[in-house]
Amino acid sequence: MVVVFFVTHQLGDPARLMLRPEATEEQVQALRASLGLDAPLPVQFGRYVADLLRGDFGDSIWQRVPALPIVLDRVPATLYLAGFTLLVAIPLAVALGVVSAVKPRSLADRVVTVVALAGVSTADFWLGLMLILVFAVQLGWLPTSGFGGVPFVILPAAALAVRPIGRVSQVVRSAMLDELGKGYVTTARAKGLGERVVVFFHTIKNASIPIVTMMGDEAAALLNGAVVIETLFGWPGVGILLIQAIERRDLPLIEAAVITIAVMIVTVNLLVDLAYTLIDPRVRYG
Amino acid sequence: MSGLGRLARSAAAGAPTPAAAPLPPRPKGFRLYLRALSSDKLAFAAALFLGLLLVAAVFAGVVAPHDPEAGGLMLRNQPPLTAAQDGGVPYLLGTDQLGRDELSRLLYGARISLAVGVVSVLLSGTFGVLVGLVAGYYRGVVDDVIMRLVDLQMGFPSLLTALVVLYVLGAGVWKVIFVLAVTRWMIYARVSRGLVLSHREDVFVEAAQAMGSSDRRILFRHILPNLLSPILVLATLEVATMILTEASLSFLGLGIRPPQSSWGLMLAEGRGYVTTAWWLVTFPGLAILLTALSLNLLANWARAVTDPVTRWRYLQPKRARAAFDQA
Repeated sequence: MVVVFFVTHQLGDPARLMLRPEATEEQVQALRASLGLDAPLPVQFGRYVADLLRGDFGDSIWQRVPALPIVLDRVPATLYLAGFTLLVAIPLAVALGVVSAVKPRSLADRVVTVVALAGVSTADFWLGLMLILVFAVQLGWLPTSGFGGVPFVILPAAALAVRPIGRVSQVVRSAMLDELGKGYVTTARAKGLGERVVVFFHTIKNASIPIVTMMGDEAAALLNGAVVIETLFGWPGVGILLIQAIERRDLPLIEAAVITIAVMIVTVNLLVDLAYTLIDPRVRYG
Repeated sequence: MSGLGRLARSAAAGAPTPAAAPLPPRPKGFRLYLRALSSDKLAFAAALFLGLLLVAAVFAGVVAPHDPEAGGLMLRNQPPLTAAQDGGVPYLLGTDQLGRDELSRLLYGARISLAVGVVSVLLSGTFGVLVGLVAGYYRGVVDDVIMRLVDLQMGFPSLLTALVVLYVLGAGVWKVIFVLAVTRWMIYARVSRGLVLSHREDVFVEAAQAMGSSDRRILFRHILPNLLSPILVLATLEVATMILTEASLSFLGLGIRPPQSSWGLMLAEGRGYVTTAWWLVTFPGLAILLTALSLNLLANWARAVTDPVTRWRYLQPKRARAAFDQA
């Protein structure tokens, strides 16, 4: 029930987003009538959802073919980049957070905190530029831009990973600190279990709900960063397509790209909700 | 401070019997924060940096060594520390693709970047807090509608929202500020609503109601002051977010446009010279990083100091803190 409620909410958002540009843009006055945007809001919404369900966004003005297939062609590239980023970011963030939580206020904790804050404070595209400068231009180890195998994905993924690493590691730290103060941890230690067993088998499972929530948020936010990073690295994903569509004022293509991103975010949220039921049996009966 | 007093206080801090030692008088108001700031080196450095940056941005006309618009093709892409031809101040951070002094442009760019960050936070914060107050205090349908809107917008990345809205509005400083405010108001609404919910059942609200205070008086005189410190912490973090988002938007060509300049736009302009002029892409990004990092550090510090549970740590001498950390 909760999941369905969540999904419908998420799907309403892009519809509202789409109505805003159409309602204020004079250029699309003519388009407006043909798109049925003079109808009352609920009717528009109904049609919109109906169109959405059929996957009909109209033809791209720029490429003169249906917009949705163009966008869907780009989805795997974005997923590849985002997946690779998360693959790097999540283990690293959890490790940093655990190191930080096990010895609060130690030197290691302070260093991790500052590193995490620096990660959150870095403009991802600037980091991308710096990485290009060092590893592609100066050292010549990796390609500056383009699409391909692992060498191509390393730099954009590194630029994208810094922010989630900062955010997630902070959440891991506070969640672990909360759990480490609880009674069952004392019990586990009293049984003579090693600290590693306590941390990695007892505590981390109980701390994982807020961690997974934050991971979901950050996975969704990756699509934010992907727009900029894909543009910077010439990565043929949905993000760069959206920017190109905006530059060409290609409304159907913009719509298709935004809806596709929204659907991707909904899917991430769905996965997070499903993950809750795996982690915490109480959610299943709640 | 006498050695005895310090000893007494460290005993009070280390042992769970605070009644054993008489507590020295606590500093209040501004001096409290000044003292708490001096005990945290990172926060102090952050505050210092932000203060200097603010002064440099406001008085950019006096501080900047060169005219940010004056260039010359002969001076194109000179590396940092190049001597000026007229024997004036050297180009400390080099010159850009039009021969303009990079440092002076950074200082003038700081004006726009900081103004965009601060003004958009003021706008979105004021609106969001008002909405959150109303939603949390009156509950009911108003609350349901507002929070549903908040949930809708929270579900979608704010940079993408900003991109789509700017696509309609076009670029420009005020448009960027407006769009940033529109994309982030719900953060404040959600936080302040949650806080109002926890305060509206408090005894002081009940007392005010019993004395016949109007709703408006209760909201603004009794509840709002209790929200200020968490909201201020949030706003500090948000200024950093806004500066970063503005940089991204300008980099994508949908934010600030020439002749105005911001750090993000400088990065966008320098991007074409990655291979030939590293300083053009390095320094504006460093400025963004240092500013956002300082804001984050300051917010972290402010969160701890405004919370009475954690505040005392920042008012103790070093030794007492060390004793506590080991316990």
